[in-house]
Amino acid sequence: MTKYIGRRIAASIPVLILASMLVFLLVREFGADPARVRCQQSRDVQCRERARQELGLDASLPEQYFTFMGDFVQGDWGQSQRTDRSVAESIREDLWATSQLAFWAVLFSGGIALAVGVYSASRPYSRGDYLFTGLAFAGIAMPTFWFGLLTIQYLTFELQQLVGSAEPIFYSIPNPVGSGVVDYFRELALPVLVLSVQLVAGWSRYQRSSMLEELNSDYIRTARAKGLPRRRVVWKHGLRNSMSALVTVVALDVGALFGGLIITERIFSRPGMGSLLLSAVNNGDTQIVLPWMLVVGVFIILFNLIADVAYGVLDPRVRLQ
Amino acid sequence: MSDRRPEFEHRVRESGTGTASPAGTSALLDAAVVTADESFDHTEFDDEGVSTAPPVGSSWRLVGRRFVRHKIAVASLIILLVVGGLAAFASVVSPYDFNPPLTSDVLDDARQPPSWEHPFGTDKLGRDQLTRVLHALQKSLLIGLGVAVVSVVIGVLIGSMAGFYGGLTDSALMRFTDLVLVVPELAVLLIVAKNPDPSFFGLFEFPPATEVPGMILILAALGWMAIARIVRGEFLSLREKEYVEAARAAGASGPRIIWRHLLPNTVGPIVVFATLEVGAAILAEATLSFLGAGIQLPEVSLGNLISDAESTVGTDLAYLIIFPGLTLFLIVLCVNFVGDGLRDALDPKATS
Repeated sequence: MTKYIGRRIAASIPVLILASMLVFLLVREFGADPARVRCQQSRDVQCRERARQELGLDASLPEQYFTFMGDFVQGDWGQSQRTDRSVAESIREDLWATSQLAFWAVLFSGGIALAVGVYSASRPYSRGDYLFTGLAFAGIAMPTFWFGLLTIQYLTFELQQLVGSAEPIFYSIPNPVGSGVVDYFRELALPVLVLSVQLVAGWSRYQRSSMLEELNSDYIRTARAKGLPRRRVVWKHGLRNSMSALVTVVALDVGALFGGLIITERIFSRPGMGSLLLSAVNNGDTQIVLPWMLVVGVFIILFNLIADVAYGVLDPRVRLQ
Repeated sequence: MSDRRPEFEHRVRESGTGTASPAGTSALLDAAVVTADESFDHTEFDDEGVSTAPPVGSSWRLVGRRFVRHKIAVASLIILLVVGGLAAFASVVSPYDFNPPLTSDVLDDARQPPSWEHPFGTDKLGRDQLTRVLHALQKSLLIGLGVAVVSVVIGVLIGSMAGFYGGLTDSALMRFTDLVLVVPELAVLLIVAKNPDPSFFGLFEFPPATEVPGMILILAALGWMAIARIVRGEFLSLREKEYVEAARAAGASGPRIIWRHLLPNTVGPIVVFATLEVGAAILAEATLSFLGAGIQLPEVSLGNLISDAESTVGTDLAYLIIFPGLTLFLIVLCVNFVGDGLRDALDPKATS
């Protein structure tokens, strides 16, 4: 087992290095020119040249890469061009905010997806199964930003009118006044709901298919033939063995969530990694973009690794390959 | 995949459109479980497993017949054709201008709730929202189709080289594909789309994402990976086939074998994934435009129509958001259903 994990970790180090190069290239070569952004308001013809020198953009790309990575590894992530705030500090704070949202969304969606998947797999091609299949299709086609606005329209404003309360039941923005547990969930409810639409749609299909595969295998038939009740076979044997696939997908998606909450955070005016990037891109604050991409990349690769390891732990057959 | 091959082989030869299950990355498709031979269509084979279907040439008619059986897919296709037609001829169909000069006549019509005259209502400036949605749809559909075509070109190029030549070429290309998959997509799209003067390593400039061609380019640049993987997977198994060996023995060059022998047998999965890419690209464009990084007003897109009306959430004018979003949702849903129908028709063994 240790050997397997060691091998996986060793395999992800070159991926990390190559990904950092790709990200660097993407941002520097295809993103907006930081010198141009800095000199937007300036009429000085020399401004851009000076800015290029100050920001170290006159060096060759490989040189720039090594300078940047050297600083990055040492924890020197630079300062925001707009607010002079330390980039490392902003990212640390926003990572925490995003983690909370991601945590509840994954917990909520994972539970629902598991239940839906097991239900559909144990009654394939039943009416309920078709209903959930249709809902999954709807979830995948749902524009996140539009669904978010709909929840604000109906669950914040119209629900409040319906109930006739002074305060909305679900907040559409972080509530600065309340700080209790109830308020915490009143402001998290809608973002979690919006995120869960796509997560549940994907994950429940995944759970259904892996569960169906298990339920069609020989050992399940043997267990049934021995006289074990259906319920026990489904929940104990089928579920347990089908979980490894779901756990892997969830781990993969969790990694992507750290950089993927841009829309949800924007709709609900929440601080977090998504809002940080969006404001950096909108304000031409290029100093934030590179460290942001690298941190998100590290998370994605880290969770890829976790998915690999989890798969090996849950399914011993994988380890032998 | 390999354990399902033998049973499938005669079909590949007979119909010429045989496909294996797309072992892809799309969540929904991945979920397409391969359970025994559930929807395997026995009617076209007699007892010995010899095809009673007409030989090559009418294979697409078979696919068509299977597609028609998927009722939701057929209905979706009809809806798409009708809506696409309405959008394409929006300026003829609609009595209104999508960006009329703001005369007092137009302004008098401001903030009209949905009615027969204005089915989607009118906005704060009296512009007919249905007309604006139809014009936005033109762009959405154009971008969706454009991205699918460009993604297929890139994906087929990379996937076929990796799958056919194998070895070092294969590992280099596939590692690169995996790498692009690791990159946070929306973030990269935002960063590139926000660049006012994009260029390819200073060699040549490409159009900014505020216009349709630029949007197609950047979406396709991040949309080809699934197709490359599918094509590679298919090629890896197809290149071992006897007819490829025969072509090689006859002295056919690599590109010729790829183009004449391997690609025609991979059309099925490519079509399915291209269809799904259309839906994904339409959603991605709307999202980018909503975030202010894509098509800019006064040019309309489903995304910027919604962000333009965002302040109406919680007011009586919320219909300005509901209709463009509903259109977007239904179009993508229809495209995905058509993709599902095509998958069933082209690959009867993979059922969802």
